[in-house]
Amino acid sequence: MSDTAIAASQTGNGNASPSARALNAVKSRIVIIVPYLWLLVFFLIPFVIVFKISLSQSAISMPPYTPALDFSGGLSGILQQLSQLSFDSYLWLTQDALYFNAYVSSLTIAGVSTVLTLLVGYPIAYGMARAPATLRPTLLMLVILPFWTSFLIRVYAWIGILKPEGLLNQFLQGIGLINEPLIIMNTNTAIYIGIVYSYLPFMILPLYSALEKMDYSLIEAAQDLGCTPLSAFWKVTFPLSIPGVIAGCLLVFIPAVGEFVIPDLLGGSQTLMIGRTLWNEFFNNRDWPVASAVAIILLLLLVVPIMIFQHTQARAQEQDR
Amino acid sequence: MIRKALWLTATSALATLMSVSAFAQERVVNVYNWSDYIDDSILADFTKETGIKVVYDVYDSNEILETKLLAGGTGYDVVVPTGSFLQRQIAAGVYQKLDKSKLPNLKNMWDLVSERTKVFDPDNEYSINYMWGTIGIGYNVNKVKEVLGTDKLDSWKFVFDPEYAAKLKDCGINFLDSPTDMIPVTLAYLGLNPDSHDPADIAKAEETLLKVRPFVRKFHSSEFINGLANGDICAAVGWSGDVFQARDRADEANNGVELAYTIPKEGTQMWFDQMAIPADAPHVEEAHEFLNYIMKPEVIAKSSNYVHYANGNKASQEFLDKDLLNDPAVYPDDETLGKLFVNTTLDPKTQRVFTRTWTKIVTGQ
Repeated sequence: MSDTAIAASQTGNGNASPSARALNAVKSRIVIIVPYLWLLVFFLIPFVIVFKISLSQSAISMPPYTPALDFSGGLSGILQQLSQLSFDSYLWLTQDALYFNAYVSSLTIAGVSTVLTLLVGYPIAYGMARAPATLRPTLLMLVILPFWTSFLIRVYAWIGILKPEGLLNQFLQGIGLINEPLIIMNTNTAIYIGIVYSYLPFMILPLYSALEKMDYSLIEAAQDLGCTPLSAFWKVTFPLSIPGVIAGCLLVFIPAVGEFVIPDLLGGSQTLMIGRTLWNEFFNNRDWPVASAVAIILLLLLVVPIMIFQHTQARAQEQDR
Repeated sequence: MIRKALWLTATSALATLMSVSAFAQERVVNVYNWSDYIDDSILADFTKETGIKVVYDVYDSNEILETKLLAGGTGYDVVVPTGSFLQRQIAAGVYQKLDKSKLPNLKNMWDLVSERTKVFDPDNEYSINYMWGTIGIGYNVNKVKEVLGTDKLDSWKFVFDPEYAAKLKDCGINFLDSPTDMIPVTLAYLGLNPDSHDPADIAKAEETLLKVRPFVRKFHSSEFINGLANGDICAAVGWSGDVFQARDRADEANNGVELAYTIPKEGTQMWFDQMAIPADAPHVEEAHEFLNYIMKPEVIAKSSNYVHYANGNKASQEFLDKDLLNDPAVYPDDETLGKLFVNTTLDPKTQRVFTRTWTKIVTGQ
């Protein structure tokens, strides 16, 4: 991205004087600096702080770990603090299967939810993209509309729908489909419903934008060449929508791994997720170093899919050119 | 819950900032208390009487309060931690000693309570008692009678013995999601030292709780209020005042749910919520005036009448509703009082054992 910006500005000013060209180069550098500065201030510095805490030891003090960050001792003071750091918290994570199980369970729940969201979201996005152009802004609006209400209130509403005496069971019993109320509330099923519902717009929007810009004469061409509608979908439509599928899946998967509110409200006690483990370490055990270590490992687990995403995005852009 | 807490933090930080800059001359006190824990008119009356504006903010767990206090720079002048948390926070250097010359209303306090709070705060140097209460069983009288044939759940066995818990399973049992409350009362049921920090004792409590775990619908520390009031669950191990709140809600809804609260005969945990002033409080003078005002007998009585908890103020008892003062579940008789115990703070190692044990009980892993 940055390289192309520089290249564009340089080729665009091929005939300009050297000084003007230098000025433009500086300008484009400044433009590039902004996102890097953003990353530095809102990602890298917090990351380094959390990483440093993860190497400290917990203590009964303010803040509840030692050594606390203190620059008053000068360089020797800082070096002395650095010598007190250790990887004990990370070692601790390997000694109890709890943490491993929590990571695996979080990744599984997030993975299953992502697939379910894709299965629900794809037909909706496809329908929207094929709808008459005049109708599309309205449909788009309907997808975004739930964001106008608090996320928390919408999750609470699901309690009212799913509980044993809730709307869903009353309805199903009312029409005589079931005799005993379905136990959905406080189970993993309720968590899946909550996640699919909450993150559906994040799946639909990138899918829609990928499907909407597709040239549908390609489908006609495929059908002219003997494809059935189904095989035309698999051979033309789906491959062209893959950037949207990847973007949507990552936008659902990444926040779902660390999800805390939905399992807390809709899930049962038996659901072990990393968000809850992190909460226990931070708030119940007051062990900020171990909590930070859990967070760092979680971050590493998430950075990998993000990098895959960046990689495919970059490749897709190259193909477009 | 967490989002709400974050939002509250953000707004309160903003409110604090604004109040500091816009009203540099105005006197302010920033109070951070539990949610639904005061009669709001007390705050308005305080401002009317002293000219000090109250910026009031709420939390719903000791852990959230503690984490903020340990991070420092909260801007709060008065906070209300529970005793065992206060004890550790004093050790961490979170609070300043009270200037007792500015608190003449200390004479109104109840020695019975002050003696017990010395366990957490020796000589009560850092805190005054706001409210105190017990952990017990809140239950739906009619449903329980239908299932068990009795409407007096006067023993922990009804929730900790699989024989009874299995019968209550279908109408719903809720446990508090809090190891520091649940493990001590389980130890009391087993006849062990309820303040034990011995891993062997904690393992026995774990064994007992794992046996009844399949019969517990949910481990949660606040949902049971609505659950009891709606009739969704029929029994809950919970805090006294919360059960009384559920009883009031059921009465208001007039839905035929009749709730009761008992202190089991094996004894139970007594907890104390203490008002204290953080070491870095920006308005120390105003904080003392606020504490002194809260210790006025008619003021604290008004709060007790509203939240249904007992307070540590002897002089306030003549201003209490007679129903409240005479309710043995709120102001227990001497015999019951003898069976109540207090829990001291846990060292980090024991805390870890508690949390890990609890995770195993709650998740089965």
